[in-house]
Amino acid sequence: MPVELKPKKTTVAYYQGCSLEQMASEFDVSTRVVCDALGVELVEIPDWSCCGSTPAHSYDPLLSAALSGRNLAIAEQQGFDVVMTPCPGCLKALKGALKVFKDPNKREAFLEILQMPFQGNIQAVSNLQLYFETIGTEAIRNRVTKPLTSLSIVPYYGCLISRPPDFMQFDDPENPISMDRILEALGASVPEFPFKTECCGATYGVTRNEIVGKLTGRILDMANRVGAQAIAVSCPLCQQNLDLRQAQVNRYWRRDFHMPVLYISQFMGLAFGVEPESLGIDKLFVEADSLLDILSREGERDQSVGGKMA
Amino acid sequence: MERVHTLAIQATSDPRFIGEVERASGQQISHCYQCGNCSASCAYTYVYDYPANQIMRLVQLGQKDIVLTSKAIWLCAACQACTTRCPCNIDVAKVMESLRVLSRQEKKVSGRDIQLFYDEFLKLVKRFGRVFETGLLPLFGMKAKKPFTDMDLAPRVIRKGKLGLIPHKVKGRKHVEGIFERFEAYCSRREKDKG
Repeated sequence: MPVELKPKKTTVAYYQGCSLEQMASEFDVSTRVVCDALGVELVEIPDWSCCGSTPAHSYDPLLSAALSGRNLAIAEQQGFDVVMTPCPGCLKALKGALKVFKDPNKREAFLEILQMPFQGNIQAVSNLQLYFETIGTEAIRNRVTKPLTSLSIVPYYGCLISRPPDFMQFDDPENPISMDRILEALGASVPEFPFKTECCGATYGVTRNEIVGKLTGRILDMANRVGAQAIAVSCPLCQQNLDLRQAQVNRYWRRDFHMPVLYISQFMGLAFGVEPESLGIDKLFVEADSLLDILSREGERDQSVGGKMA
Repeated sequence: MERVHTLAIQATSDPRFIGEVERASGQQISHCYQCGNCSASCAYTYVYDYPANQIMRLVQLGQKDIVLTSKAIWLCAACQACTTRCPCNIDVAKVMESLRVLSRQEKKVSGRDIQLFYDEFLKLVKRFGRVFETGLLPLFGMKAKKPFTDMDLAPRVIRKGKLGLIPHKVKGRKHVEGIFERFEAYCSRREKDKG
């Protein structure tokens, strides 16, 4: 039995956002499992509401700030100084609210619309920030029981995780490496991936489907070219475009991509020895059975090697 | 002959426009020297009517109408590549966002269906406190007269049990609704002060 690691307990407020409640439910499930395994307690913000996402930004950044501000204000009332969200869109909105609050020309209007006590003594971080900066790759590596040694995985970061740099204040805007390092800690091989931050087509899947067809297709093609067996993502919208819409992309390009697209937390969970069902692997549209087969074959091989040694 | 064009630009120039955009975005548009990094970085240039650097130039030239009715500002996905790479430290994506807000205020939106999608999204948030994905697509499809939007995906999504049939209603949804109402009241007051 591996030694149970008991890291210092960290407790953060958790804001999963609307996507993780519905289309990206496996991102929510796997994030909770992985945080629990790493000794991080996630406390869901009670009665949280939508951050407003892109529609609120396009309406008025002040509306976006107030809608997100409600969640920050509740978390602050509960005594938290850090709120973690796995959704980069939510993170942008939460950070945007803090920026508006700190702007002396906008604070008054913000508070008037919000109508809640708010001190602004709270910080918003991403799941990756928590894993990479607070927990660290060493602690992640120590938790691995089933290394992903035989898998070649490229990390796709998308637009917002590290951009714009002054605003997100995390990782490198042009060549982010946090997911690369996490995947390496899980034992996977991580080929150089030039399209780490190329846009996937964002929200245009519904209104301009051919844009997503074109842009997401380029990303899948590049992943294929560098020899990846799967893509790791950390954004529900990127995942939706790459996974759910992969069949539409195939029609657009007349290609036959069959590239599993997993959330980074799903890969972490698999490497931590968590059962695939507890990580929502069955919720993926492009089946990940081929990956699971490779992993279980490897598990059997390791066991037989271990058996001989004993 | 080229002068005709020059004259037209002068005739349609609104010199207050650059100030309006600078105030709304907090960015100094005059700093743009047309290096073209934004357009080269932009994944959407191929669908734009004016590439990002031309939008910046048109703002400098006070071409309010051309800019606010352009397709480009509504096709910008706010991916931040332009902002990240601007050597003049202009937050170009923020400028594009401010232009979307202004085009809405001036009722000059080119991407009507995109605006409609956003509006339907916000209506759901105002009503329930969270966005209800199962309801959003049919509502948009009906109103945009594109009832078959993403119909190919529906059976697969249902099979995976990913779509709830009943929207989650936030307990504090009255407060969320209040945010929308106070925001609208604030906007109309701001409008009056301007006028």
